Amino acid sequence: MLNHKGRDFSYGDAEVMENKPKKPTPSIKRNTGRHQDPVARRGNFEEVALGFDLEEAVTEAARCLGCKTRPCELACPVNIRIPEFVDLVYKEKVGEAASKIFETSLFPAICGRVCPQETYCELACVLKDKFGPVSIGRLERFTADYARKNGLITPPPCAPDSGFKVACVGSGPSSLAAAAELRKLGHAVTVFEALHEFGGVLSYGIPTFRLPREVVRFEVEMLKKMGVRLLKNVMIGKSVTIEELKKDFDIIYIGSGAGLPTPLNAPGESLVGVYSSNEFLTRINLMQAFKFPVTDTPYYIGRKVVVVGGGNTAIDSTRCAQRLGPDSVTLLYRRTRAEMPARAEEVENAIEEGVKIEFLTAPVALEGDEAGRLKRVKCVRMELGEPDASGRRKALPKQGSEFYIEADSLVVAIGQSPNPIIQRTTAGLDAGKAGCILINEATHATSCEDIYAGGDVVRGGATALLAMKDGKAAAKAIHERLSLKRK
Amino acid sequence: MTRDIYSTEGLYRITEKEDISPVISRHVIYAPLIAAKAKAGHFVILRAREGGERIPVTLVDWNPEQGTVTVIIQAIGKSTTAINAFRQGDSFSDVAGPLGTPVEIKKYGTVLGVGGGVGIAELFPIARAFKEAGNRIVSILGARSKDLLILEKAIEGISDKVLVTTDDGSAGKKGLVTDAMKELYAAGEKIDAIFTIGPIMMMKFVGETSRPRGTPTFASLNPIMLDGTGMCGGCRVEVGGKPRFACVDGPMFDAHQTNFDQLMKRTAAYREHEKASLDRYAKDHECKIGLH
Repeated sequence: MLNHKGRDFSYGDAEVMENKPKKPTPSIKRNTGRHQDPVARRGNFEEVALGFDLEEAVTEAARCLGCKTRPCELACPVNIRIPEFVDLVYKEKVGEAASKIFETSLFPAICGRVCPQETYCELACVLKDKFGPVSIGRLERFTADYARKNGLITPPPCAPDSGFKVACVGSGPSSLAAAAELRKLGHAVTVFEALHEFGGVLSYGIPTFRLPREVVRFEVEMLKKMGVRLLKNVMIGKSVTIEELKKDFDIIYIGSGAGLPTPLNAPGESLVGVYSSNEFLTRINLMQAFKFPVTDTPYYIGRKVVVVGGGNTAIDSTRCAQRLGPDSVTLLYRRTRAEMPARAEEVENAIEEGVKIEFLTAPVALEGDEAGRLKRVKCVRMELGEPDASGRRKALPKQGSEFYIEADSLVVAIGQSPNPIIQRTTAGLDAGKAGCILINEATHATSCEDIYAGGDVVRGGATALLAMKDGKAAAKAIHERLSLKRK
Repeated sequence: MTRDIYSTEGLYRITEKEDISPVISRHVIYAPLIAAKAKAGHFVILRAREGGERIPVTLVDWNPEQGTVTVIIQAIGKSTTAINAFRQGDSFSDVAGPLGTPVEIKKYGTVLGVGGGVGIAELFPIARAFKEAGNRIVSILGARSKDLLILEKAIEGISDKVLVTTDDGSAGKKGLVTDAMKELYAAGEKIDAIFTIGPIMMMKFVGETSRPRGTPTFASLNPIMLDGTGMCGGCRVEVGGKPRFACVDGPMFDAHQTNFDQLMKRTAAYREHEKASLDRYAKDHECKIGLH
């Protein structure tokens, strides 16, 4: 393995770096990592953020004070042993660093890429104000990638077989996190996925330039090595119902995500060229339509693309569209940049790649030609009023401000809610607003005995990290429940 | 030792394959979970290979004891051409299902089934289920020509009356399925419900023919579909003025409430892509096999 300076660093866990800085040296300039050139990356689906090499990682790790109070670890949704793993990176014991992370989280290569660390560990880092926080996310990613590429990964040990069987519904972040924890505790775990690839939103939703698929596949393979059984093409609620699963499993964890798109409810939504973000991203990411006709699933975007929304899914849609080479990609968001729920870094990336954002703008009608293809979008300018229930200022249309923008395709990315099939086909399973499954927040137990739930099927559209946190918390509660059953 | 119903051993293997016509093949596929659950009107999503597209196909038959499901596929585009080139013993990379909402089977009295082209195959299990529920079955089968007319014998076996029409008159009467419908109505045949599967244009006019007579009519819609699980909304169709997802709410909808014109436009979305993909496939295969 060569680093970017052409030096060979494939030495595994041996200390090879010469003249390494003393730890801690917080004043070393913070390294936030290199990125693929904005112009070049517009034309490919390769990863945008490039990883650290060993030298960069060791140098960044040297900045860590190793605080005894562990503010970073306490802020982490999955409580990664951050001071310890960073210290092991500093000591160039990358395999051991990976094992340290595995103690609480099995998916560092995923989290290191998609976790908004600036709101968790890096926000809590004591160096934040004076020197800038330790780049913990980049170090986590480095640890996972380096260990994977150099064969330093040892799957975590599993307790002896408990004799209990657990079904995890869905194979997204929540279900995989639950499956990993439950398997470590010695339970026999089977994961059911409706689609043909494992990973849920990590496979169909998050673009490959943010999360390469070999990373997801590797982490799924590790679960298999630990003895987790993963079954694809099985849609729980259709192929097999929850009631039927109960005959074969002691406990069921539902982590089936939020797969139902929210429509715009504007006239013209059935025109050809109008996509839900779910459809657009699934075509591009899961079906790899960007390789058509080498792959078989096509896409249609035309010359002018419009995306509607302000979250990460909207940004991902703009950036996927940009890579398909249209003349323009325009994002319509009804509030201002300050209210955007998307990660700041990703918004920056999108702008760098040439995405244009129309703030305080909302679509009101979609118009097409005789063939039923989208041609233009009628928009209205918005202004911000009083804060609503969510605390964000309400966006209100400005009278008489209507205008048109030309568009060949439009992607609606204004939110997701849970797919209702499991709720509809499971007697006694209580769901609330937008079909979200209701749980006891302490235990993740649903209204049905021995059925637990977490992640987006409970939260609506949230983040992969919170979904993992839920999966872990539910696994703990499920283990306690199973321990009682044994008596 | 009970059989492990979740075993992946031999999954998606073609246990039997028959070419019904030069472009239509019947595939019997090992998929025990689906076979155990299948009902009339259910569909599956097939993927021939890695990188392949997801293709929705209505089930023609199923055998829970043997763990198999049967589909009949007409080679139209690249993927269906490649699938029909499969042989017995080959495997699909994926088969997911059963998906969709099965047809509600009840006693209507006389049920008219109208199948067009490869839709005849998909009509078969529905007509059979209505027959088993004690209905009198009248079937109208339409095809472009005799060699594209399939499953005539099987439909005869479950029908009380069968009418055949072809565009060129090479089998049955020359004309359209709607001509046969009008004939039935003119002869005073009491029809209590109609189920139709076939080309969109045909289903539209089946609906138009029955509308003035007020016969409840249901059409199995075939929009472009991606995941088939209610996730993408690509299969949305306008029924009764509201968007419905064919993959979970359908595929069978009230034909009198369906916006067929919109459906037709939406299914044409990728026509150029489909042609390009097929041409590319045909060219590749010409080079490799040296035929044509």
